[in-house]
Amino acid sequence: MREQILAIIEKNSRIDIKELAVILGAEEIDIANELKLMEEEGIICGYHTMIDWEKTSIEKVTALIEVRITPQRGQGYDNIAERIYKYPEVNSVYLISGGYDLMVILDGKSLKSVSSFVSDKLSTLDGVLSTATHFILKKYKDHGTILTKKYEDTREKVTP
Amino acid sequence: MRNPLSDKIVQIKPSGIRKFFDIVNEMEDAISLGVGEPDFDTPWHIRDEGIYSLEKGRTFYTSNSGLKELKVEITKYIHRTQGISYDPDHEVIVTVGGSEAIDIALRAMINPGDEVLIPQPSYVSYEPCAVLADAVPVIIELKKENEFRLTAQELRDAITDKTKVLVLPFPNNPTGAIMERKDLEEIAEVILENDLWVISDEIYAELTYKEKHVSIASLPGMQERTVLINGFSKAYAMTGWRLGYALAPRILMEQMLKIHQFAIMCAPTTSQYAAVEALRNGDDDVAMMRESYNQRRRFLMHSFREMGLECFEPYGAFYVFPCIREFGMTSDEFATRLLKEEKVAVVPGTAFGDCGEGFLRISYAYSLDNLKIAMEKIGAFVARLRNEKQQ
Repeated sequence: MREQILAIIEKNSRIDIKELAVILGAEEIDIANELKLMEEEGIICGYHTMIDWEKTSIEKVTALIEVRITPQRGQGYDNIAERIYKYPEVNSVYLISGGYDLMVILDGKSLKSVSSFVSDKLSTLDGVLSTATHFILKKYKDHGTILTKKYEDTREKVTP
Repeated sequence: MRNPLSDKIVQIKPSGIRKFFDIVNEMEDAISLGVGEPDFDTPWHIRDEGIYSLEKGRTFYTSNSGLKELKVEITKYIHRTQGISYDPDHEVIVTVGGSEAIDIALRAMINPGDEVLIPQPSYVSYEPCAVLADAVPVIIELKKENEFRLTAQELRDAITDKTKVLVLPFPNNPTGAIMERKDLEEIAEVILENDLWVISDEIYAELTYKEKHVSIASLPGMQERTVLINGFSKAYAMTGWRLGYALAPRILMEQMLKIHQFAIMCAPTTSQYAAVEALRNGDDDVAMMRESYNQRRRFLMHSFREMGLECFEPYGAFYVFPCIREFGMTSDEFATRLLKEEKVAVVPGTAFGDCGEGFLRISYAYSLDNLKIAMEKIGAFVARLRNEKQQ
């Protein structure tokens, strides 16, 4: 049941408990309990909204930053990751396998604000060896949702 | 001028769906629940394989019975889902949709005057195909009380000494009915007693919401008297690729293959390459779509309960078949008024046989958002009809 609930609310967090119960063939009270438990256990960490900022008049840039760091004795990467993720403009921080260590996703108001964050804050941190910043030019698909095209029903209207 | 027409084809009625289609098509903003095909796109990895086959120049005929690797995948699939074995070289044919398989199976078996048992309500092509094959179609009217399953008694009552073939259309379009193992065992007994052949149309086999689909061919003594028909349209959302298949004993398959060879040559090559990918790597897609249909099915059943509209719970395909007898109208009248007044298109049950009178076929191959709007409109319509009746 958990898996089914998660699969649905991952796509539509606004669905209400009553409807969840109907489409999963379960009792409302059981759904409510599961949701509550999953919130407590930190499985459900929030109910966010997907926004295509491109379509608004609000200026926003997103950058993916590859960060190479020196792990610290006894701390590994955690300490430095924490120092990075505490900045509110940092959207995500992932530890990555491969050619670099941390992937930092940053939301900023402008190119300038992102680059000054990288040069002033990020690259000056102790343990940061190097950074490479990639700006996102266009989002085609995000969180499993295609942003560039809308679904269109092109079927014949009545078929046997 | 000389009349160019064959009497046989002229006497066949056009599909009852056609008339409705024409009205709906003229209405621009109608919400249709009348579609008999999935709303999902074919999964991308399957489409990609089709494209890749074109890029590689796989644009020639395949062998008449189909690509060897596809036939092998089909027999593997049937073995893993039904536990029965077929010889990919002599007992499998890849057809242009399940529809062609129905046609050639009937034509390969029928001598003029043989009776073919056709349970209804059911898919629109069995009866005309039987007539075209010079069979006498004998309709078995399935009943709501039995959840539109075929019972051993109904079957027994329809058999005469001319009966040769039973068409078994489950999971069923339009009712959504399924036949579970015990139901099949009961009719298998009658089939064996009377030495009948079976054409089992299992195109919706992957779309069941109770126990997994059981093929009648998997019951003892049945494989050697069954033509098992399935395809890619419903399970993998591949209707437009026109690809189905039939499995049958060699003696029959040889004759089916002749008809296919002369009438069709071979099924579309691009589709066959895509279908190999579907069978090899498509299980997760099928599971995802099945779960999604099941959620919508539950939502519709819930909506009907709320509006007090009588409907047995269907466990297969993607249709519900609610009963509208309480309103004292024909299915056609109901569907026409619903379309005119609420702009919601459903298909009258009578499009699938006379015994569909008093029922509607509602497809849930639509997004939940769409279904919600449609159910609100149907709810309002039903309430209005009940009001009218009281006055």
